[in-house]
Amino acid sequence: MSRIEHRFAQCKEAGKTALVTYVTGGDPNPDATVPVMHALVRAGADIIEVGMPFSDPMADGPVIQAACDRALLHGTGIKGVLDMIREFRREDQDTPVVLMGYLNPIEQTGYEKFCRDAAAAGVDGVLTVDLPPEESSALGAALSEHALDPIWLIAPTTSDARIKAICAQARGFVYYVSLKGVTGAASLDTDSVGSHVDEIRRATQLPVGVGFGVRDGADAQRLGALADAVVVGSAIVSRIAEHADDPAEMIAAVESITRDLRAGLDQPVVEA
Amino acid sequence: MSNVIQAIEKPADFSRFPDAAGHFGPYGGRFVPELLIAPLEELTAAYERYRNDPQFRAELEADLQYYVGRPTPLYYAERWSKLVGGAQIHLKREDLDHTGAHKINNTMGQALLAVRMGKKRIVAETGAGQHGVATAAACARLGLKCVVYMGAEDVRRQSVNVYRMKLMGAEVVPVESGTRTLKDALNEAFRDWAANVDDTFYIIGTVAGPHPYPQLVRDFQAVIGEETREQCLSMHSRLPDALVACVGGGSNAMGLFYPFLGDTDVTIYGVEAGGDGVETGRHAAPLAAGRPGVLHGNRTYLMENEDGQILGTHSVSAGLDYPGVGPEHSWLKDTGRVEYVAIDDGEALAAFHQLAELEGIIPALETAHAIAYAGQLAAQMRPDQMIVINLSGRGDKDINTVMEVEGMNP
Repeated sequence: MSRIEHRFAQCKEAGKTALVTYVTGGDPNPDATVPVMHALVRAGADIIEVGMPFSDPMADGPVIQAACDRALLHGTGIKGVLDMIREFRREDQDTPVVLMGYLNPIEQTGYEKFCRDAAAAGVDGVLTVDLPPEESSALGAALSEHALDPIWLIAPTTSDARIKAICAQARGFVYYVSLKGVTGAASLDTDSVGSHVDEIRRATQLPVGVGFGVRDGADAQRLGALADAVVVGSAIVSRIAEHADDPAEMIAAVESITRDLRAGLDQPVVEA
Repeated sequence: MSNVIQAIEKPADFSRFPDAAGHFGPYGGRFVPELLIAPLEELTAAYERYRNDPQFRAELEADLQYYVGRPTPLYYAERWSKLVGGAQIHLKREDLDHTGAHKINNTMGQALLAVRMGKKRIVAETGAGQHGVATAAACARLGLKCVVYMGAEDVRRQSVNVYRMKLMGAEVVPVESGTRTLKDALNEAFRDWAANVDDTFYIIGTVAGPHPYPQLVRDFQAVIGEETREQCLSMHSRLPDALVACVGGGSNAMGLFYPFLGDTDVTIYGVEAGGDGVETGRHAAPLAAGRPGVLHGNRTYLMENEDGQILGTHSVSAGLDYPGVGPEHSWLKDTGRVEYVAIDDGEALAAFHQLAELEGIIPALETAHAIAYAGQLAAQMRPDQMIVINLSGRGDKDINTVMEVEGMNP
């Protein structure tokens, strides 16, 4: 059983929705990321996504683009991010780690080397934002060879036929992008999210995570009722940005927002 | 990556490309977030439906004739040719298109497609502002709302074009992220499109981006090469010996080259921006000095570092200041059908002056790169041979840049 599968099984047994939190590796500097990852776990995160910085993150909004820019100032690339995960794993062998990023840095590293090094560092899954299933056979084979789960995005615009095709390739969990736009965008429509999640559930037994637009515990509570996991990125990254100059404050702010999200998820939705 | 780009066989028929998934050999494709797949499929279907639709063709051809001003002349630059002392150099006068460059051939086509698809709002990216101006004009002509993303640095450098766009009713949004230039404007336009896919059409300005854009933009620009071919045959009863065009993203070049790709006696040259010199690293010549990677939805040659981060570019010409290039050019380079060369800032500036002085034509700085190379090429050819340059744009927009670079006052 993979670490991701195991974690979802644990959450299911405990009757709780998984909290998936995102940070950009190396933001705001290479020393910050590992302590932030441990803080996320302490405050209730079940799975951590670590962004591999890219110069042109076209699916991301201003918050995560700025995080990439801060990380790139110190030259953090895939190798640097994998070093961070290796260090994280010294103390934490249980929390699944998913790498999230864009294809070009992975191509320049080489698919085989990337997958080998990621698996050795303790990575569990890989989400490549700009790689659709049609173009993914080579990377998919390399991921599979190294027992890394390919995590796929499904969007509000994804057709039924594509949902089936994507779910057939997915492992770990599938990630439903809960609104049109880029990461960190506004306004959630829970009715529409609910019906899409139902569609995805008809296509797969895998857990379904939802993300994009979750700002606080209240958002997490509403979305959490619809899915197996809630994914939060920009709300955490913006706390890191606010306290970039003060590591202690930064850790405190990350823990605080994560506890708020956790509390939201753990609180049952009361029908109005 | 090396195992994707295998040994390349020279295809017999270039007109068959791209394939159904948008590939030109190992290049092209559709590398976008899942959210954009459906709108790209919708666009592909609409393009397939209308590209040969007689009514659509007639409407586009009427706009190209009466609004854009086509056909453009094929002009023999006699004084310049004589001075160079070699082949006869002919200029395909895309600088005479409405708004001053070839860009409007494409924006007219895409804007008409947007109308057919029921989209009321247009987004576009622009570098120097030529594509933005051409998009703003097409939108004004058709009554579409127009939002143009432009790097904050380019907004500063090209204030006249910003005002031209605003005069025609477009909203110009300065992009403050990244290097604050063309590549960042592209990122921002994609983001806008992702957030507004229901009512918005993205008019990409060059033969790059995810499938079907490289094909669609090439097809709308191919009118340049089709006219050139007819004009060569009717005026000179022969095809040219060589074609020369500048390459940033590469739309004016693809437009000229495409109808000639099967004419193997025609030698074809694409000219990239060498900036301070390719050897300095300060340039915008991914085909000459980059390597394949994935950016803005397609696999193509890129300027990037060993970590796969995209590098900033340098060129005196803002329109060539882009770290990628259309995927079909990457394919044409690898197959050897087109030869790609680089011309540096100094050579381009000299050619800018030479054409103005000898022919009374002030070329865009982008185009000046093609002129500089064609001059070198012509000198090595015989007087009975013939070169056609795509004179892709006029240089009025560059007057301030040239004065600044040369330390002159008006």
